Amino acid sequence: MDSAISERTARTPLLSTATDGLKIVIVGGFGVGKTTMVRSVSEIRPLSTEETMTQAGVGVDSTSGVQGKTTTTVAFDFGRISLDERMVLYLFGAPGQERFWFLWDRLFSGTLGAVVLVDTRRLADSWYAIDRLEHHGTPFIVARNNFGPPNHDLSEVRSALTLSEDVPLIDCDARHRDSSKQVLIALVDHLYALSTARETQS
Amino acid sequence: MTARSALEDEDPDRLYTLTGGRSRTAEIDLDLVTLIVSESDPAAGMQSEHVKILRIAGRPTAVVEISSELSLPVSVVKILIADLLDTGRVSARHPSSAGTSAQIPDSDFLKKVLVGLRNL
Repeated sequence: MDSAISERTARTPLLSTATDGLKIVIVGGFGVGKTTMVRSVSEIRPLSTEETMTQAGVGVDSTSGVQGKTTTTVAFDFGRISLDERMVLYLFGAPGQERFWFLWDRLFSGTLGAVVLVDTRRLADSWYAIDRLEHHGTPFIVARNNFGPPNHDLSEVRSALTLSEDVPLIDCDARHRDSSKQVLIALVDHLYALSTARETQS
Repeated sequence: MTARSALEDEDPDRLYTLTGGRSRTAEIDLDLVTLIVSESDPAAGMQSEHVKILRIAGRPTAVVEISSELSLPVSVVKILIADLLDTGRVSARHPSSAGTSAQIPDSDFLKKVLVGLRNL
């Protein structure tokens, strides 16, 4: 993961008309390019912060082996994009490791959706994240961050991830603003399709 | 939010002092992206973290940005902001998506998001 220590430089303020904060989460293993993607589209330098919680008595399904209370601290990066005079989209780069999911509901309830960023050299890192997102009922797409000429075509990646056909899977280069922007558009297009499908049903 | 006391095992001295020993996160309805706006200037005798928040939130600022700026965990910052909300020194602009976990927004809303992203 890139270092993204908050700097005490002048902050770029939001418009005074900003009223509605939105969230999109970019999930992926270490070094896959989450912070790179946040940085390439954010209007501010990526910032970082942390959240802590004690795990005892938390309503999640796996605390076996944990004796007494343990404190979980999770650090995460974020950036932001002002979409119009009212809406501000916050992009969170979230580590996909197990302890992070204890904090998912607390941090990311109400999130629009998620991007699972994958590195084909380490696909296994993504399995857990995909499983957890499905468990939480969070809509997501998968984006392969291309570090070089791809060794696999996307259908092979889909099959290796056992990803269902209705989850979009795309290529991207997280270093480039336009490519990262297309990833976000692909996610919101997907949400739009899900939303209209629901509206026609009802 | 299903917040618990995040503070019990955390660097006790500093966090205890900052929050006056409270851990009322469960009752605080603040999202990471709730925008906080100052409604008054800092007053003499205020706790320094409260003063900092009032300065930062001169323009709308998300809870998570305040947390980053103060280098304090999100749950601690929520308690500090709640103090200021209680006394009317700041106001909160809640996200329209709050409390709609696992619920996809309506298509009109998403269309606006798409327009904003395409205009980047």
